[in-house]
Amino acid sequence: MIAPIALPHVATSPAPDHAMPTPGSVPPARLVVLHTARLVGRDLVRNRWLLSSALGFALVTELLIRLGGDGLRIVASLVNVVLAATPLVSAVFTVVYWHVAQDFVALLLAQPLRRSAVFAGVALGLVVPLAAAFVAGVGLPLVVHRSIDRDTARAAFTLLGCGVALTATFSGLALAIAVRSADRVRALGAVLALWGLLAIAYDGVVLFITTRFSDYALERPLLALAALNPIDLARVLLLLEVDRPMLLGYTGAVLERFFGGATGSILAGSVLLLWIVVPMWIAARGFARRDL
Amino acid sequence: MDPLLSLRSIAKRFGRTRVLDDVTADVHRGRITALVGPNGSGKSTLNKILLGFVSPDHGTAMFDGHDLLRSADARATIGYMPQQPRLPEQLTARDLLELLHRLRPDAARDERALDLLQVGPLFDTRLGVLSGGQRQRINAALALHFRPVLAVLDEPTAGLDPDSAQQLKLLLRDLTREGRSVLVTSHVLSELETLADDVLFLLEGRVAFAGPLAALRARATDGSLEGAIAAVMHGEASEVAA
Amino acid sequence: MASLALVATVLPAIPIDQCAAQTYAREDRTFVVSSAGPYTRIADALAAAPAHATITVRPGRYREPTVIVRRPVTISGMPGAELDGEGARELLVVAADSVTVRGLTFRNTGRSQVEDRAALRVTNALHCTIERNTFIDTFFGIYLAKVEGCRIHANRLTGPAGSQMLTGNGIHLWSSRDVTITDNVIRRHRDGIYFEFVRHGAAIGNESAGMHRYGLHFMFSDSCRYERNRFVENTSGVAVMYTNHVVMRGNDFSRNRGPAAYGLLLKEISDSELHDNRFRDNSIGLHLEGANRNQIAGNRFEGNGWGVRMMADAQDNLVEGNVFARNTFDVATNSRSSTSTFRGNWWDRYRGYDLDRNGRGDVPFAPVRLFATVATDAPATVLLLRSVLVDLLDLAERVVPMITPEGLVDAAPLMRTPQLRLVAATERP
Repeated sequence: MIAPIALPHVATSPAPDHAMPTPGSVPPARLVVLHTARLVGRDLVRNRWLLSSALGFALVTELLIRLGGDGLRIVASLVNVVLAATPLVSAVFTVVYWHVAQDFVALLLAQPLRRSAVFAGVALGLVVPLAAAFVAGVGLPLVVHRSIDRDTARAAFTLLGCGVALTATFSGLALAIAVRSADRVRALGAVLALWGLLAIAYDGVVLFITTRFSDYALERPLLALAALNPIDLARVLLLLEVDRPMLLGYTGAVLERFFGGATGSILAGSVLLLWIVVPMWIAARGFARRDL
Repeated sequence: MDPLLSLRSIAKRFGRTRVLDDVTADVHRGRITALVGPNGSGKSTLNKILLGFVSPDHGTAMFDGHDLLRSADARATIGYMPQQPRLPEQLTARDLLELLHRLRPDAARDERALDLLQVGPLFDTRLGVLSGGQRQRINAALALHFRPVLAVLDEPTAGLDPDSAQQLKLLLRDLTREGRSVLVTSHVLSELETLADDVLFLLEGRVAFAGPLAALRARATDGSLEGAIAAVMHGEASEVAA
Repeated sequence: MASLALVATVLPAIPIDQCAAQTYAREDRTFVVSSAGPYTRIADALAAAPAHATITVRPGRYREPTVIVRRPVTISGMPGAELDGEGARELLVVAADSVTVRGLTFRNTGRSQVEDRAALRVTNALHCTIERNTFIDTFFGIYLAKVEGCRIHANRLTGPAGSQMLTGNGIHLWSSRDVTITDNVIRRHRDGIYFEFVRHGAAIGNESAGMHRYGLHFMFSDSCRYERNRFVENTSGVAVMYTNHVVMRGNDFSRNRGPAAYGLLLKEISDSELHDNRFRDNSIGLHLEGANRNQIAGNRFEGNGWGVRMMADAQDNLVEGNVFARNTFDVATNSRSSTSTFRGNWWDRYRGYDLDRNGRGDVPFAPVRLFATVATDAPATVLLLRSVLVDLLDLAERVVPMITPEGLVDAAPLMRTPQLRLVAATERP
């Protein structure tokens, strides 16, 4: 005998009837996204690799706190970690998980659901736990040790905000690549190359331009170049918090006026948001049109 | 009676590879149709076209009066059991079923699949720690849970223990008695003999045979299924049975 | 304006009334200026007063031509006694020895492109005392030229509002000796305190904040010292140039930020002492150029863009027992070699160990990062700070030094933050 199963919404086994069943209605896309995201999130919350990344962030933060220094110094040291690690972790994890989740996605798509809703659900279910792992990993040690006070709160929030934005951006970029590639290894290679391009090579070009044309006033072109690369934009926003005297020493009023005012903040926020929305949109479009 | 599913001139290329070429076939109501063919003959692609995962370059697919290629809703009464899928390791069968219930709150349900396949004891175990056979039972149950008019099963008995395989076959037979149809993909010939009413045989993307099992068997000189298959594989394009 | 001035010149002809005569009688040497008389203008009282007399100025706003003091007197303003230049002229010129000016408010000199128009000018005089005066909207505040033995104490000087660059200096000293400048508060001038060709001057406990140029501008002034001053939020910080034997102790150089904003710029300064100062949140904490044999000890460099920037022509300086924390770059130089000595400083970046427990790290610390050197040559590269690429380059440079100066190391870095004798600079609201 089989123990009766308690399921929500499940009526007791109806007597077999020979009338054709109704297919039933489908909830609005919003709910499809939410339910799917919730389940993906639930899968990820217990994911070994995700937990490891959270633990890694926590260990680094703990180490930096133990090495001493005030809150601002800890945040400053974390800047390098955040700029290098969050894009890499989220991009690699996203590619791997997307490929693992193929059959789960197929299970959902076999239901009468829109592809865009299913995709959005999986993407959201991926980004939120990834971002949460970062925020918890970095945030918890800071809170436990009371490393952040009123003066450094702004810098700490900027750090967490930039980390979350970069996580979402690189998750989106990774998805845009993964949905177009059936081969996991090739997708991973492409994602790593993209990371290397944005995190390292791009700055190499900027460094070359900067040293080559150091006799010219470069503040504005350099700021424009930074805004085109999400990692650089996050970096400049963080520099404004942790290396403010240095930055004002070079760019003077240009940067202050730009980022200090509402326009600059809105512009920076919008560019970061675009860097999340556009890759996700490209990924969703690729997913909607492709043969699976 | 009209066929439940009628495919006309379905063609699909992946790059330079012609995967399906002018596939025309029917799946009839209340019957189990076996989709057979060697690896690479286009069986999976045909399944994916039915489920909307792949859009064909050419051809039409009418399902129960709906254009299957145009409307996602037409798929609401198709149940799909993929070939040994990898489901989220940290989730349980209950998680998946609850999700499906939330996504399709008022679709008709059938608890028999859960009972017959003995999914109950596995319900709250993480999918990651279940055996392949246990997962396959859950997989089958999920496919049949919403009382599909057409069940598309890809290698359903692969990995199943003989007892469960038998249960599944009985369940499929039950479905046809209710007027439902089954399209089962397999490369195991013996499954055909005990299960299928009709056979759709694909060879290099083309229909090599389509018709009742008996008609296929009749092709063999010795009356055996192996002989019939061999005859089809080496013979010329066969006529399409009505 | 012209008619007012005309009336003013006629006033002395009016006879002194009985009431004023009584006041006069009570204190033989005190001359009272008030709108009600006996003198309605300071100039009139001065004209009447003998040497060493005291002129008391009662509350009221006095508008009169530039007042010139030719005898040693004390001019003492009561609260609310204001001299108004109506935007057109200097207010008070001291051309006599031993003059004291106290408690007056000087207002509204207007500005001038052609002259150094000052609210209070002292020229060729000995032993003047200028204390507790208030200067508001003045072009130059106190202007001392060729004076000796003067005391400038507890004045408040505020330049014109707005961001216009056309302002003069707060306290301006030129070619003088033995002048002490103590406890003044200066705001919104071009330079807060300006020394040129001064000997044995001292600036102590002043606060110079929000200058359009330097909080303290100091040139060709040997053997001077400044202590416990606060130089905060000045456009270019503090510049000390072309001078030997300066003592700088216990000052606070904070939040001087912007292009070419120095906590302290030492240019051609030699054999001087820089002790127990605090450099906080400046774009450049301390910049040395052609500065030799200076002692830089017990200072705190905290949260600056550049902590110490030592150019190739700064030689044989001793940097000892300082604290370096949270600076973007602790030390930078444009040279591959260094003749200066760094020892026993505390560096927050230092990660060495101390096996023999003598309080000094056993591994030397090289405070110059590759990128600090790059950014010295190409300042725009600071926009690449903290990039992964830059960190990798820095790491590579640490393994195989190619660009950073080999000799510039702290051989015995401190393991614990030293207790610095930071003399608290006078805090004012």
